[in-house]
Amino acid sequence: MIGKNIIRYVLLVAFQVLILNNINLGSYIYPAVYVYFILLLPFETAGWVLLLSSFTLGLSIDFFSNTLGLNAAASVFMAFCRPGALKLLKSKREYEPGIQPGIKDMGFQWFFFYTLILVVLHHSVMFFLEVFSFTEIRQTIYRIGMSSATTLILVFVFQFLFTKQDKT
Amino acid sequence: MKNLFTFLWKYKFFFLFVLLEVFAVLLLVKNSYYQGSVILKSTNGITGNIHSFYTNITDYLALRQANRILAEENAEFYNKLPGSFIKTDTSTFFIYDTLYMQRYKYVAAKVISNSTSRRNNYLMLNKGKVHGIAKEMAVITPGGIVGQVIEVSDHFCSVMSVLNMHSKISVKLKNSKQIGTLIWNGENYRTGTMTDIPSHTQLTLGDTVITSGFSYIFPEGVNIGTVEDYRIRSRDNFYTADINYAVDYNRVYHVFVVKNLQQDEIIELEEAERKY
Repeated sequence: MIGKNIIRYVLLVAFQVLILNNINLGSYIYPAVYVYFILLLPFETAGWVLLLSSFTLGLSIDFFSNTLGLNAAASVFMAFCRPGALKLLKSKREYEPGIQPGIKDMGFQWFFFYTLILVVLHHSVMFFLEVFSFTEIRQTIYRIGMSSATTLILVFVFQFLFTKQDKT
Repeated sequence: MKNLFTFLWKYKFFFLFVLLEVFAVLLLVKNSYYQGSVILKSTNGITGNIHSFYTNITDYLALRQANRILAEENAEFYNKLPGSFIKTDTSTFFIYDTLYMQRYKYVAAKVISNSTSRRNNYLMLNKGKVHGIAKEMAVITPGGIVGQVIEVSDHFCSVMSVLNMHSKISVKLKNSKQIGTLIWNGENYRTGTMTDIPSHTQLTLGDTVITSGFSYIFPEGVNIGTVEDYRIRSRDNFYTADINYAVDYNRVYHVFVVKNLQQDEIIELEEAERKY
C-alpha cells in the first residue's frame, strides 16, 4: 500500500517536471497533474502524513521548476481541505479502510466533484500566490479555470488508464 | 502548560497545516527573485543535473532548428569580419590601439529547462560560477533578448525570462530613439508590452524595439521585437505599445550569457549618485 503510493509519487513528479512542464499549452494552461497523488491517498491516511507528504510533493515540484514554495503552499492547502471535502461529499458507501478514492470504488459523480473541488482550490492558491496581487484578477481567474479543466481531464485520463487492470 | 499541550494536540492537524503553509509562503517570498537562498543553491545542483541529463536526450529533437540558427548566426558573424569589407576611405587607417576597450564578454550556454506557460517564467542554463557566470548578467540569443541571471550555482544558473512579472527592461524605439519600459502582461507569450512612451512620439506599426543600453545589464541594441499595436490611455500622456517578440521563447536552446566588464564601475557610480 505504502510502496504503491511512493511509486506513484515518484512517477507523478517525473511526469510533471520532465514531460508536462515541457509541453506548451498556451499562456494560460499549466496543468498540475501531480495533485493526483494527494487525491488518491487512502481515506485512512493520518492527518500529519497527508500534510507532510503533500508538502514534500509540492516542494519536489518546486525544486525543478524554480518556484520554491509555490507548489508546496498550494499542495498543503489542498491537503488541509481534503478532510473537509470528504465530509462535504457524503457518499453511499462509508469511507472504510480498504476502499480507495477513485471511480471504481466511489463512482464517477463522487470522484468528479471530489477532484473538481480540490483541484480548483489548489490552482486558486497556486496562481494567486504566483501573481501575488489582485490587480490582474480576471486574467488569474481565467488561468485558474483553464488550468483546472486541463488538470481534471488528465486526472480522469489517469483513472481510466491505470485502474482498469485492477478489475480483472 | 498541560492544557496548552492538550489544546495543541487536539488541533494538531490545523497547527501542522499553518506551520507548513507559513513555511512554504516564507520560502516563496524569500526566493522570489533577487534574494539568494542556501536551499535553492544546494538543490540547484541536483535538479540541474537531472535536467541536463534529460536535455541530453531531448536535444536531438531540436537539432535541425539549432543547426539552422547556428548557421544563420555564423553568416552574420562572417558579415562583420574585417575581411568582408573593402576599405573605401583611404585617408584613415586602422591601428591596433587602446582606444577600444572590451566591454562585453559572451559565454555560450545551453538551455536545460524552460517554461512559457506560467505567469513568472524561468530558464535554467548549463553554465555556472565555474564558467564565470554571476548574478545580473544578461542572457540573449542571436535573435533577441531572453532575460537576466538571478541565481548561480557551481555548474548551473537560473534566468528570469522576460516572460515574468518582475522583469522590467529599459528599451527604446530604433527609429525615434524614445525610451520606454518593457514588461509582460502574462497574456500571450509572443507579445510583450512597452509602456511610458511619450505621447509626442511618432509611432508606426512595425517599428523595431531594441534595448536602450541604459541599464548595466543589457548591452545596447539587442533586438526585442516589433510594434504590433499601440494605444494611448485617457488622462495619460504616455503610449502603451504591444511588442511582437522577435524570439519564440518556447524554442530557445542555445543562448549567450553577456558579462558587462564595467558593471562594478557603473554600480559604484550609481551608489555614489544616491547620496545626493
